[in-house]
Amino acid sequence: MYNAGQYDVIVVGAGHAGVEAGLAAAKRGAKTLMLTLNLDLIAFMPCNPSIGGPAKGVVVREIDALGGQMGKTIDKTHIQMRLLNTSKGPAVRALRAQADKVLYQQEMKKVIENQENLTLRQGMVDQLFVEDGAVKGVLTETKAAYYAPTVIVTTGTFMRGKVLIGDIEYESGPNNQRSTVKLSEQLEELGFDIVRFKTGTPPRVNSHTIDYTKTEQQPGDEVPRAFSYETTEFITDQIPCWLTYTGEFTHQIIDENLGRSAMYSGAERGTGPRYCPSIEDKIVRFHDKPRHQIFLEPEGRDTEEVYVQGLSTSLPEDIQKRLLETIPGLEKADMMRAGYAIEYDAVVPTQLWPTLETKKVDGLFTAGQINGTSGYEEAGGQGIVAGINAAAKSLDKEPLILDRSEAYIGVMIDDLVTKGTNEPYRLLTSRAEYRLLLRHDNADLRLTDIGYKMDVVTEERYERFTRKKNLIDQEVKRLKSHIIKPNEDVQNLLHELGGSPLKDGVRASDLLRRPEIKYDHIKQLIPNDETLPEDVEEQVEIIVKYEGYIEKSMQQVDKMRKMDNKRIPEHINYDDIQGIATEAREKLKKVQPLSVGQASRISGVNPSDISILLVYIEQGVRSQASNE
Amino acid sequence: MEQDTITAISTPIGEGAIAIVRLSGDEAFAIANRVFQGKDIYEVDSHTIHYGNVVDSKTNELVEEVMMTVMRAPKTFTREDIIEINCHGGMVSVNRVLQLVLREGARLAEPGEFTKRAFLNGRIDLSQAEAVMDLIRAKTDKAMNVALKQMDGRLSGLIRQLRQELIETVAHVEVNIDYPEYDDVEEMTHEVLVEKATHVKKEVQKILQTAKQGKILREGIATAIIGRPNVGKSSLLNKLAHENKAIVTEVPGTTRDVIEEYVNVRGVPLRLIDTAGIRETEDIVEKIGVDRSRQALKDADLILLVLNGNEEFTKEDAALFEAAEGMDVIALVNKTDLDQQIDMNQVKHVAGGSPVVTTSLLQEEGIDELEEAIANTFFEGELESADLTYVSNVRHIQLLEQAESALDDALNGIEMDMPLDLVQIDITRSWELLGEIIGDNVHESLIDQLFSQFCLGK
Repeated sequence: MYNAGQYDVIVVGAGHAGVEAGLAAAKRGAKTLMLTLNLDLIAFMPCNPSIGGPAKGVVVREIDALGGQMGKTIDKTHIQMRLLNTSKGPAVRALRAQADKVLYQQEMKKVIENQENLTLRQGMVDQLFVEDGAVKGVLTETKAAYYAPTVIVTTGTFMRGKVLIGDIEYESGPNNQRSTVKLSEQLEELGFDIVRFKTGTPPRVNSHTIDYTKTEQQPGDEVPRAFSYETTEFITDQIPCWLTYTGEFTHQIIDENLGRSAMYSGAERGTGPRYCPSIEDKIVRFHDKPRHQIFLEPEGRDTEEVYVQGLSTSLPEDIQKRLLETIPGLEKADMMRAGYAIEYDAVVPTQLWPTLETKKVDGLFTAGQINGTSGYEEAGGQGIVAGINAAAKSLDKEPLILDRSEAYIGVMIDDLVTKGTNEPYRLLTSRAEYRLLLRHDNADLRLTDIGYKMDVVTEERYERFTRKKNLIDQEVKRLKSHIIKPNEDVQNLLHELGGSPLKDGVRASDLLRRPEIKYDHIKQLIPNDETLPEDVEEQVEIIVKYEGYIEKSMQQVDKMRKMDNKRIPEHINYDDIQGIATEAREKLKKVQPLSVGQASRISGVNPSDISILLVYIEQGVRSQASNE
Repeated sequence: MEQDTITAISTPIGEGAIAIVRLSGDEAFAIANRVFQGKDIYEVDSHTIHYGNVVDSKTNELVEEVMMTVMRAPKTFTREDIIEINCHGGMVSVNRVLQLVLREGARLAEPGEFTKRAFLNGRIDLSQAEAVMDLIRAKTDKAMNVALKQMDGRLSGLIRQLRQELIETVAHVEVNIDYPEYDDVEEMTHEVLVEKATHVKKEVQKILQTAKQGKILREGIATAIIGRPNVGKSSLLNKLAHENKAIVTEVPGTTRDVIEEYVNVRGVPLRLIDTAGIRETEDIVEKIGVDRSRQALKDADLILLVLNGNEEFTKEDAALFEAAEGMDVIALVNKTDLDQQIDMNQVKHVAGGSPVVTTSLLQEEGIDELEEAIANTFFEGELESADLTYVSNVRHIQLLEQAESALDDALNGIEMDMPLDLVQIDITRSWELLGEIIGDNVHESLIDQLFSQFCLGK
């Protein structure tokens, strides 16, 4: 063992969580080390070659607003981009990009290599140094000892990873990388509760062997789009995806061979996610459905590998080949890689503080799939929070806790640390009770300020944000004060749009609330002196049009915040509180909520328990005051 | 501290001539002003009391003559603004006042909440903290017990069914959002949503109208006094009305002689129907009352069937029992002061499980027993928990009404052509509110529904 150096923050892993964690910590000013198994697989996408989608796409923008990297990199390296849910309300629109996997990795590596304060090294971490309940550093397989007061573990599915294909199984991380066993064992020794989760991936086929004439084309949007608020160059040369379907014969083969599926062979297995079922799961659970969609997604510009989305499976390799033969367009497809299921260890996330620091070991943080989530975006969102907070701890700065009304990242972390999860956790828009506030179009408005305070957003960007915010505020104010009189222009316009004519003058904002009226119409009627940028106009329209709903959400948020601002004393002893129901007491002891609000979100903790808790806290506060 | 304004009836229910509806919180004065015709609450001195009327602003209807006590923070029990509305019209009108302030934005207080606030705001001594916690626990447990016990199985079944319909609808909207490309899931449309929301709204309205307990609270128990002529119906009516200060109202839109009288019997509000009819037919002996009684029976929740103990049990008596079959009946064998001719065994036999009370209305005997029988019929013999039953009912009604108004919001949103994912907010809200009635409100179940209803994933 040799002393390989002293850092403020050590990040174990360089996947989607590790990358954001390392970059954020370094930007915040912490001397940061990032250790990874394989320098050639930084920010590797072991599953689908895409980033974004409903909720997830919003997270990418949130990461971007906090100065993170995911959005910028995908903007540079995608092969296709689409805005989803355009026919629905603004709250649920989201971007999704198909990635060039290889380019994405290369680009990420470059960014990391060029980040000030950040050191990138290859090495497998075997051991954490823990003394007196606090982390001190890590030891690699090659006996390099690195020291730091904070360590962020972002080992994804690598902890005791096991790949399953039919009745074949072997120790492995994703894509045949080495799994890590020792770290998992040490976490158990330290007293962490570990759960076994699983996920899966479909086969990849060679594009030359696909008959695309039997499939439907799925092109990207014609309008160029970007995740990052800083992106100015747009990719116009896009590559389409393709849609085909499973059929009767596919289902028949699966029925006949279900017993040979690793997940259906009867052996005790980790818990898989419901939202990402294997094709076996789909056939078993929805037996009557005649067909399932299969999307063919190219993995990049310079590869012929195509990802067969919808066919995630742990059936034996020979069966996988036969399945492909039953799918229109894939009859002669050459399977380059087989699909597989992977089982891995995850840390029960209720063992974390909302900063993502573990309660058991001071200075130890975990982020990403190790916390029981799934998805690159979920990992990235946790990574950036863990990075900011590890740096905060090392440098004695303010920590970052996002609440449920500020970001999907806040929803996710609150869910994880408060409720835990019994399956790999994926963000869905339905998890966010204030999703109207958590739009993809306002991520910068929500978070740039916070990022700036955390030193991860540049001065220049902050100024740009302030300008934009002012423009929006001014324009909304103008529309609220400007009265539009029922003159000929207005009446003609309304007639044209099929709306009822004005009887009296109305505020421009009230007119905009009519379903048939868009901001463009208002602009036409009462032009603004200065031309506003498109994104400002978009915000103004949304803010005015949906004001009623936004206000209703804000009222609920106020209530939540009031409870969230009531802190629970650090060393509270729940056994001392008479009258709290037993189940609630056990849950409170386990989760150790920081605030009364968080306590109230624990399932099994009832309003009366919260009332009693409030009285108890007040009692403590007052007896302390009277002692002083 | 906590901004929302809470309210409750702060006097025991059914006891005493005055009942008080108390409001505490930032909005207490504003809410009081909205329902009060009298002085402007904001203008009057603190700790003063004012005469005026509580008026339903929606219908402009006079609800109750009241005295309103105004206490400005911080010198109050909770250290918040407090209003106490002193009512004297018995349970029905007190309840209407309560419903009104709830509608105007107050929230029904949780068990022990006034005391909790008093403590949290520093009004109650530190040494009493334990007592406050005990009080909250005890009151909560008791309220829960009562709520569970009195929750009609049919009602909870119906609410579960409505929630299922709502959540399936919401899951459908959600799946379109979270999985926009799954074209085999039909796109939810405004039309379908209107249909679903309207349907559930109608069902909620129906529950509100027909739920037995809810009806009791809003309207009182429709009570018919039936019997052959000259058995003592009129005396019974007078006795009940006299002892309980009846409020006589003419029912609008019906024939002039149909009159209702409200009386409050041990906390049970009775609405005596067709009292004019009784008086009329008692006066004109030849016009035999059976037909008329049948008519009254149709609308009644409770039947007080009067028999003459001084005569033998007649065919007409039997016919009346038959007509009242399946309803809540209390049989009165009257005129015990006279010679008893009636066969009590026969009466008990014909009455089945219904209570039989012997009275002498003339001598004022048996009135207590009658009142007890009435109370028992509606509070299942637990008079001391009447308060709690009552409260949990108010809670149910408030939740049902809020659910209804959330559905209205959803329908308005659709009308305004709002996107479905916004309309869905209100639909989800109504689902949550209905869930609170049956104590089932886990957000996670939406996600469960999503994945059991649809086949999703990569």
